[in-house]
Order: sequence, then structure tokens, then C-alpha cells
Amino acid sequence: MSTFPKDDHFYLARKSQALHLRARFIQSIRSFFIEQDFLEVETPIRIPSPAPEEHIEAIPSGNWFLQTSPELCMKRLLAAGYPRIFQFSKCFRANERGDRHLPEFTMLEWYVAQLDYQQLMDQCEAMLIAALKDMGCNQNIIWQNKKFNFAPGWERITVADAFFRYAPMSCQEALAKDQFDEILVEHIEPRLGANRPTFLYDYPAKLAALAKIKKSDPTVAERFELYIGGMEIANGFSELTDADEQRRRFEEASAARAAKHWAHYDMPEKFLTALQAMPKAAGIALGIDRMMMLLTNTAIIDDVIAFPPEAL
Amino acid sequence: MYTASDLRKGLRLKIDNEPFIITEFNFVKPGKGQALYRTKLKNMLNGNQFERTFRSVDNFETADLREKKMQYLYKEGDKYCFMDNENYEQVYLTEAQVGDAVNFLLDNIEVEILLFEDRPIGISLPNFVELIVTEAEPWAKGDTVSGATKPVKVQTGYTIFVPTFVTEGEKIRIDTRTGEYLTRVKS
Repeated sequence: MSTFPKDDHFYLARKSQALHLRARFIQSIRSFFIEQDFLEVETPIRIPSPAPEEHIEAIPSGNWFLQTSPELCMKRLLAAGYPRIFQFSKCFRANERGDRHLPEFTMLEWYVAQLDYQQLMDQCEAMLIAALKDMGCNQNIIWQNKKFNFAPGWERITVADAFFRYAPMSCQEALAKDQFDEILVEHIEPRLGANRPTFLYDYPAKLAALAKIKKSDPTVAERFELYIGGMEIANGFSELTDADEQRRRFEEASAARAAKHWAHYDMPEKFLTALQAMPKAAGIALGIDRMMMLLTNTAIIDDVIAFPPEAL
Repeated sequence: MYTASDLRKGLRLKIDNEPFIITEFNFVKPGKGQALYRTKLKNMLNGNQFERTFRSVDNFETADLREKKMQYLYKEGDKYCFMDNENYEQVYLTEAQVGDAVNFLLDNIEVEILLFEDRPIGISLPNFVELIVTEAEPWAKGDTVSGATKPVKVQTGYTIFVPTFVTEGEKIRIDTRTGEYLTRVKS
């Protein structure tokens, strides 16, 4: 693409409506949280040791890394006595680029002390409905020729039930064959949130790096994802507060990363120390860019930001 | 060797010793899950299509494919013979490999032969060819309905729909990609 100023003018002018709506959406979300007595926080984007996760690779920045999410710093705030916090932040993930992926994207993340994941689903639903109302949006959103109704009472389905209903094999079988992600992507995700938002919850315990295991069923973790129109919008969970258990999981993830020659991250010791003092809490990360795709009726994430990487 | 992150639409891969082209490509990744590269692949030998999902740890080879200018000589049984004008070597393609190109294969015409590891596997024609109309109903004067067409036969035996004013013995230009008439050519 030429860098002649007229080109910029042309491409950016076409995005005017999306960019205005985006600013409005962020403003509406902020209003909701401030009304709900949340504190808006800012944590560093450049950090020494991201949480080691098996399938998320950070982008190096000097001898540190760009954050893949603000999770660790926000939980340190939680542990230090900030019970209701939210943040809009830029997150970076290496090698993620597609119609729904940007290597640099905008995440809304919030944490609430004393809540569990079911209550957080309620809050997530209430927040999005309130934000849409504040923006003057209709409760029916048209996206890619399909109608989605955002009226309260969103669908909730467990991962096990979703496999039973939509997949050619059970969740257990998929895990045993190491095909969980493939089955999820090919058979389940496309059916989730078909005409209203859907929460998929109770993930297999081993797929929840920082989530709490469910007391009544230790095979699953108290983790959920929000889907709309088959698109993953948010990921949340009841937070694991056992520092020893968290260290074990990080060590496991680090070993899996080392096995595929991914970068080594130092153990986030300050986070692990803080975790010992963290209250019971739930937290969630929501993709602002993906929500904007829904609100502006586009299938391509590039359309909802001013500058995708290829335009720089 | 290449890894899954090198995959993209149009890339030609070698799988089980056969060449494939990626006709559709999509990067997908559940947030906490692994990156998956969903592709639709077309076998360049037999045209069979199938879907395949690659993981980021998967490796693959690209297919050694190139094109070479050759001259069409003749048909022998169900084989088509082409000659490399540089070294005068002759190669053969089957009817299936020639496919629809047969409609535009004139003796001595120059074409591009697609080679996979130096074996001929297909043909790519120039986008436009000019052929003489060998059989056509005479033009009924007064038949001026615009857009009306009639079938005619060209040198290669191919039947094509042309405007009613085209007559036997005229040369016409054909788009080989669509198989459709473009215009009359003054010879």
C-alpha cells in the first residue's frame, strides 16, 4: 500500500463510523463500571515475566516482554485491597493474525472480590446490556445477516453438554485424543451464540491455567467463555487463590513450552507471593475489537481499528 | 521445511508425494487454546478437494512446481504430445490432465506445461486464443435482435455460442478461462 497521504485519507475516512462507535462503546463501558463503584486502573504493558501459558506466546521487548494480558498485575492490586478494578489495555500475542486476530489488540479486563464465576457471568451480561443501552443501540443486533437478541437471560451451557449436543465425540474422548481444540473450533464454536449470547462454562480442569477447580466436580474448572455468533468474546473464571497450586500449574506450562522451544519466562514470584493474600474473586477479559466487529457488522477485525499492522 | 505459520492461500504443498494448492485459508485460535490453521486443499493431480486443519507444530514441504513453454504437436491415442522447443524433448499428457484446454489446442500452438518435480501434470493456456469458425448457420439478414446468439464450431471441434452475425471462415477471439466468445478478428 502506498503511503501517499491521500491513501491514508481514503482508508481512514472509510473507518470513521466504526471509530466513532468504538469511542462511544468504550465510554459507555466506562460509565457502567464507574457507576458500579469500580476503580479504573493502569498497569504496565511491558513486564519482566508473563504468566507461562502453554498456547500463548508473548512478544519480547528488550529483555522483558509485552503483556499478553494485564492479569498478574491486576491480581496484585486485588490482593493489596482493591476489590473492584477494571482496565482497558493493549495486549500483545505473537503469531496471532487472522480475520479475528490482531497481534496487538484491546482488552477490557475486570476483577471483583467475593464474586464467583456464575455471578461474574451475570455481571458481564448486565454490563454489555447497559453499555448497548447507553449507546442507544437496539437490543437486536444484526451481524453477518443474522439477528442476535441481547435481552437478559443469556444461554448458559456446560462444555460437557456442548460436546454432547454438537460434537461427534464426548469431551473426555476429545481430551484423551488431544483433539479438544479442533472439535471445539470445528463443531462447537460455530453453534454457540446462534441467536443470543451464550456462556460456555465448566471447562476441563487441565484447560484452566489460573482458574479455580470446582469443589462439587474436581474434573472441571470454574471457567467460562462468552460466545456471540460463534465468535469468542470473553473469558472469565473464579480465580485460583492457592499459590502452591498456581506455581505447580505454571511449572507444568513452562515444561510444555520448553518442549516446543518457546521462550522461557522467569517464574512471576511477586505475583505468586501476592496470591497468598488475594481474596476470593472472579475476573474476566473481554475483547473490545471483537465486540466492535459485532456492533459494526463486519467479519474482519481490521475494520474496527484505525491501523492494522500491515498499514504501518 | 516450513511450519504452519507459513501457510497462506495459494501456497502449493507436497503431501504424500502429491502436489496440493491451498484454495481457502483461515487462522483460528480459541483464546487459551492452540493456534489452528484451517485450510481447504485441492489435489493438483486429480482435482480432489478436502479440508485439513494444521497445528502450529506441524511441518510441511512446499511442492516443486514450475511452468515451461512447450509446443503442442499431436494427439496419439488418448495421449497428447508436447515438445520442449529448447531441447526437443517430448512429453505426454492424458486427456484428464489436459482437461478443458482440449477445446483450444491447435496443432503447433505454444502453451505452458505445468511440471511437478519435472513430471508434466497439467497445462496452462494463454488467456486468449484465436480460432477460425469452421461450421456456422448462415446469417439470416434482418435478424437484428441484439444479444441473440447461435452455436458455431471452431477448428478444434469446440462448439461455442457467438453473436448471429459471425460467419463461417471468420476468425474469433476466445477467452480460454471462461470458454466464451470475445470478438471477431480481422485476418
